[in-house]
Amino acid sequence: MRKIFIQKLVKEASKNKKIVLIVGDLGYGIVEPFKQKFPKRFFNVGVAEQSMAGLAVGLALKGFHPFIYSIANFPTFRCAEQIRNDIDYHNLPVTIVSVGSGLGYGNLGYSHHAIQDYALLRSFPNTVIASPSNNQEVDGSLNYLLKNPQPSYLRLDKSLELNSNKKILNMFPGKWIYYKNKVTNKNLILSTGSVFENCKKLYEKHKEYNWATLPLWGMKYKNQQAKKIKKYKKIITVENHLQDGGFGSWLTESLTQNDNNIKTKIISKFLDKKVIGQVGSEKYLNSKYGLK
Amino acid sequence: MNYKNFSLKIRKLILKIANSSQCSHIGSNLSIVDILTVLYVKFLKIKKNSFILSKGHACLAQYCVLKELGFITDKTLNTFGKNGTILMSHSSHKVPGINLSTGSLGHGLPVATGIALANKINKKKSKMFVLLSDGELDEGSNWESILFSSHHKLDNLVIIIDYNKLQSTNSVKNTLNLEPLDKKFESFGCKVLTVNGHNCEKIFKALNSKSSKPLVVIANTVKGKGVSFMENSVLWHYKSLDSEDYKRALKIIK
Repeated sequence: MRKIFIQKLVKEASKNKKIVLIVGDLGYGIVEPFKQKFPKRFFNVGVAEQSMAGLAVGLALKGFHPFIYSIANFPTFRCAEQIRNDIDYHNLPVTIVSVGSGLGYGNLGYSHHAIQDYALLRSFPNTVIASPSNNQEVDGSLNYLLKNPQPSYLRLDKSLELNSNKKILNMFPGKWIYYKNKVTNKNLILSTGSVFENCKKLYEKHKEYNWATLPLWGMKYKNQQAKKIKKYKKIITVENHLQDGGFGSWLTESLTQNDNNIKTKIISKFLDKKVIGQVGSEKYLNSKYGLK
Repeated sequence: MNYKNFSLKIRKLILKIANSSQCSHIGSNLSIVDILTVLYVKFLKIKKNSFILSKGHACLAQYCVLKELGFITDKTLNTFGKNGTILMSHSSHKVPGINLSTGSLGHGLPVATGIALANKINKKKSKMFVLLSDGELDEGSNWESILFSSHHKLDNLVIIIDYNKLQSTNSVKNTLNLEPLDKKFESFGCKVLTVNGHNCEKIFKALNSKSSKPLVVIANTVKGKGVSFMENSVLWHYKSLDSEDYKRALKIIK
């Protein structure tokens, strides 16, 4: 996903002079194509996330569309207040990019486990979360964010080459991307983020189900979900995040503000909190702590 | 415009609104009046220059200056601190003439660094001024940004420190000593000038000084400046101004 992101950003930055890439001393082997092609629009701020976020705000106030890039929790939790007060409150076009979603850096320990980031980012009213589940959705997310610069969080998988054969044409926040859509069946697997393979396995077990993802979401788009939810009897949500503040919780909350007669049963698959402090590969941790 | 008359007018206005709104931070507001006077009268009339008040709790001084310069009306200023006002008790970007809401310390300088960088990329010859409190320098985010601005030789960035040597509950010296402050900034790669923060001519000269590096102006100020019973007192970081104090202050204000 990282490479797809950079390739796309380099391509777009040739046409769009407002794009600036700022990294927090990370991105070795990934960001060089941008740096080489646009040295005057590439900055490594060092290991300094608050400075990175604030710098992006200043650039955005002057009309640029900065992308701030780091891994795991560094561009989110470390500078959470800059995101809250400066990016989101001022409604500025800064895209925060975090690599290593979920347990992508499983062996590196808890500091590198991005399993609470949805909870943080979904608490900001102007911020759209882009959590693509495969490379095609990365492309679609970027198309949307580049055409609609705004406070945004792009959550990328570390290294898996997640592909779908689906060509995604028009992505926008709140839109469900269907991978299997059967009109007659009333059950659905719905995920966000890099759990495409987990959902694929789940689908193999329940081939009669529908299967969709929701890659662009956030606070603004929550209450509109109820209309779509009520078409289904059962929805299984899947995410590589803790339950609290996560995607399944978000979807469920949409029902509390709408038609109380909605009978849809929502079952959430998420990472058990017991994963905290555990070490291992992404696959090992996922399967042991809730995502087979 | 005469600096002294303008500053006195702003100080009186601060006291008036502080009394009607019963707000805090009066000492912090009076501390920066002369700095704001020079900035707004001399530098910010040029539209390409920008300013961020990072110590957002001293916003009343800024709102009073903006009222004097016609950005907001007297009627709006009188809503300060009242229900439903746009004038929150920290600098707000909803107010004409202000582009960044502040209030949490340590946010202004990183953003100012971004604006200075943007002006460099766009080859704009403009200056970016940012005013920080001394206590605010405890925040690590400032030092991250000073490293960046020095590394990238942001000679269009002017960092002003309101060095009144009192922070929220005690003196800077007894809380988290900043000395030697000038040497700290110098060692980070900045040009440093120290001035009397209530002498407008000297403030102007310092802010207008040429530099090939980020410029830091350490303005030695007095918290509560102009009202003797408020000067150098931690109490007036918090205390609101009752009618008796207000009358007394108006009689002795300088």
